[in-house]
Amino acid sequence: MSTADASPKFRLLGGRIPYVEGPLKVTGRAEYTDDIKRPGMLYGGLLRSPWPHARLVSIDVSSARSLPGVYAVLTGEKYPTPFGVLPITHDETAIAVGKARYIGDIIAAVAATDERTAELAMAAIRVEVEPLPEYADPQTGLAPVTEPIHARGLAGTNIQKEVVQHFGDVDAAFAQASHTVRVRGTFAGVTHAFTEPMATIAESTPDGRLTVWSATQVPHYLHRALSEVLGIPMHRIRVIKPEVGGGFGGKSDPLPHEIACAALALETGRPVKIRFDREDVFLTNHGRHPTQNDVRIAADSEGHLSAYDIQAVLDGGAWSSFGTVTTYYNGVLAMGPYRVPNFRYRGRRVYTNKPPSGAMRAHGGTNIRYSVEVALDELAESIGLDPFVLRERNALPPNSTTVNQLRITSTSFRQCLDASRVRSGWADKFRRLPFGEGIGLGCGFYISGSNSPIHFTPKMPQCTVHLKVDMDGGIAVHSMQADIGQGSNTLLAAIVAEVLGVDLDRVHVVRVDSDISPVDIGSYSSRVTFMMGNAARRAAEELLATLLRAASELCGYPVDQLAVERERYVPRHRPEVAVSFMDALHKAMEKVGALTATGAYSSPPMGGTFKGARAGTAPAYSFAAYVAQVRVDAETGEYHVGTIWAAFDCGRPLNRLAVEGQIEGSIHMGLGQLMGETMSYRSTRLMNPSLLEYKIPAPQQMPRVECLLVGQDDPEGPFGAKEAGEGPLVATLPAVANALYDAIGVRFHELPITPDRVVRGIEQRRKEGRPWKGA
Amino acid sequence: MRSMSPPRPLRLTLNDRPVETSCPNERILLDLLREDLNLTGTKRGCDLGTCGCCTVWIDGRATLSCLTLARSTEGHSVTTIEGVSPATGLNPVQKAFVERGATQCGFCTPGFIMTATALLRDHPHPSRSEITEAIAGNLCRCTGYTKIIEAIESAASGDR
Repeated sequence: MSTADASPKFRLLGGRIPYVEGPLKVTGRAEYTDDIKRPGMLYGGLLRSPWPHARLVSIDVSSARSLPGVYAVLTGEKYPTPFGVLPITHDETAIAVGKARYIGDIIAAVAATDERTAELAMAAIRVEVEPLPEYADPQTGLAPVTEPIHARGLAGTNIQKEVVQHFGDVDAAFAQASHTVRVRGTFAGVTHAFTEPMATIAESTPDGRLTVWSATQVPHYLHRALSEVLGIPMHRIRVIKPEVGGGFGGKSDPLPHEIACAALALETGRPVKIRFDREDVFLTNHGRHPTQNDVRIAADSEGHLSAYDIQAVLDGGAWSSFGTVTTYYNGVLAMGPYRVPNFRYRGRRVYTNKPPSGAMRAHGGTNIRYSVEVALDELAESIGLDPFVLRERNALPPNSTTVNQLRITSTSFRQCLDASRVRSGWADKFRRLPFGEGIGLGCGFYISGSNSPIHFTPKMPQCTVHLKVDMDGGIAVHSMQADIGQGSNTLLAAIVAEVLGVDLDRVHVVRVDSDISPVDIGSYSSRVTFMMGNAARRAAEELLATLLRAASELCGYPVDQLAVERERYVPRHRPEVAVSFMDALHKAMEKVGALTATGAYSSPPMGGTFKGARAGTAPAYSFAAYVAQVRVDAETGEYHVGTIWAAFDCGRPLNRLAVEGQIEGSIHMGLGQLMGETMSYRSTRLMNPSLLEYKIPAPQQMPRVECLLVGQDDPEGPFGAKEAGEGPLVATLPAVANALYDAIGVRFHELPITPDRVVRGIEQRRKEGRPWKGA
Repeated sequence: MRSMSPPRPLRLTLNDRPVETSCPNERILLDLLREDLNLTGTKRGCDLGTCGCCTVWIDGRATLSCLTLARSTEGHSVTTIEGVSPATGLNPVQKAFVERGATQCGFCTPGFIMTATALLRDHPHPSRSEITEAIAGNLCRCTGYTKIIEAIESAASGDR
């Protein structure tokens, strides 16, 4: 099936490499932030606003401060410097200043001997407020409002960001089109629901240093935000990332509680821990934006796409977070995997008084791809084309450029289409299964690392990897890439071992610690395999060159005649004088001692020159074509996805175990959004802030997943690899929705597709006298 | 809001050893284990009995420690992830989880190991539907359960 089978030239890469920290995780010995205790540690509590939007008139903390066991009570004025993950939209503060902007906004922070005492202290804080108008609906915020949530809203509205782009001539293309379709999509907000609640420990020491342990995907952005808000130079702050229990984007912003925790540590001189309960996690959110989009597609009589005309309104919640990027992505990420010569987009992200929206797995691509892929299914039907044929006719070729200047290098999208069509038995099933059973196609693509590192001016590498090897022969790998469960430590170790020819157990990836780890901008935008992988390869190749020179000296054969074999370097045709790794190492160390090596990665220049041209640019893209088969119970509206044939192009899969794990996990998360997950609000109040009421799919709901890894080598990826962390999610949702249409003849333009909506759809169709498959 | 009641002695068997400790009546077993006894392998994910990260055994039965008052284990036997992990190496279920890639972030893993080990102790050859039924009280957000189920099947068949 695969065109990228484990090549004989690799010992490790391309195989199934168990996660290096697996033994620690299965025994409970992996150390997460909340597992750490520091001597004399206090516990922090966060007083959250019960008001959706209110001016803070006065906060009286005097009786809270005088309680026994209370060490500090902080309000927003002490550290009012705004921060945010994007340098252009700093609109958050560690603790609210002047206003509370949503139910859950932090308005005071307490440090006490234990959490119970902290709760007593918070109950003793007296807050006087002036309630302000509450904005729940982003549509309201498009026009000027009485009390904008932020002063930076556009012209007295609650619009945080507006993007307008136009390439080619969309109106002319629609005027000439023989077929047009339109999907107006509505998407409930969903959240990451990682299992580990956030936790942070901060400790300020008398040497003037601040150490912060935190459950974060991006230690470097946290490092910067701590420095900016607390006014401490970065070199006096040390950020440590313990094991992280999942992120999916939800731990990629620097978060207010992390800074508040550090502020409490500075205030008290004692270590302080803040750990979230599940409600805190839901109120912190940063999940997928509740979205309304409007997608119009034009095509000629043979199904060649001629234009996309797209609008989107995103509910941003109380802060900007990654929202400017999200606003661009909801248009830009409509543009693959097909050639579309004319494109117009207007996207608006609007502040509301709800928990902030942010980046969530397949950030910015999921909802727009849903609407586009459902629209394409409708287009194929109206033209009378098989959905596969429509996709094939429009597939972007390798080494092409989209109309909005995204550079496409490798794409195995056609191979994805072939694989999922053949493996699913499409030809015998599509429109041929009985009523209630159906099969559907959904496709996707996603960035393999954002080309725009946040914060770097002047431009520096997006990541650096350091290697150190001493006389014991153990190779320490230092990097600030953040393993949050996706297996990046394993991949880093395997790349180093592969290049050097050593056994995997020689290589140890050192826990992220800003004192020793060179900067990497962390785990988001599916950048780690591609960028860190390239940096690690370069570092290992530098070290290998040193070792080969030493081996050459020992055996008397020139470097270019030495082959790397397992734990030894072997002259061509002369295995009897092979030099072991340890002998080569000790020879190389004779004059210099322990060896070190460095590798870095910077993505090449790319993108157009128009405003926002960098959004969506990436050094490579993943591609996907999924087929889903479903069975619907027409009486109850319940449905089960039986199988998903997941054809995916991640270039060369370097660790098949991890790639499959990412695909299976992505499908689980995609199905959750499709089938029922909803951040449910009554006005601005989140009604279901628990895993009891916010249901993620159970094991019984998971389909059989057939992973079809058909990618061919990417020219710039490490050993030909591209991302597999987020792209596998996007195709899931439209594949299932299109399969539901094949099953029952009902289109769903609103997510989630709950059983009641299924029943209503079937009833509506019958009422209109439009039988489907004879039913 | 009240302060905690005063601590009272508590005797139980913990990981096959007798333990004498003390705690207030309101102390939750999860907190006793993690905060008082430093057994941090048992994870706290939701405090509501919904995620299964805090699964331990009480008298051999998989139980949610976040919904259990520590006091109720007086005279009973509690087993945690530390208690099912050999001093060196891994038990067969743990080994299968590692080899099959059934851990990703790992936060849910101790709970799954406790559930799966109890299942296989009582039903050495479970069907796939018995496995999915057994793990339905444990949430995993990373794996889609696919490799977890494979690992349990593999541990059951000895096919590793």
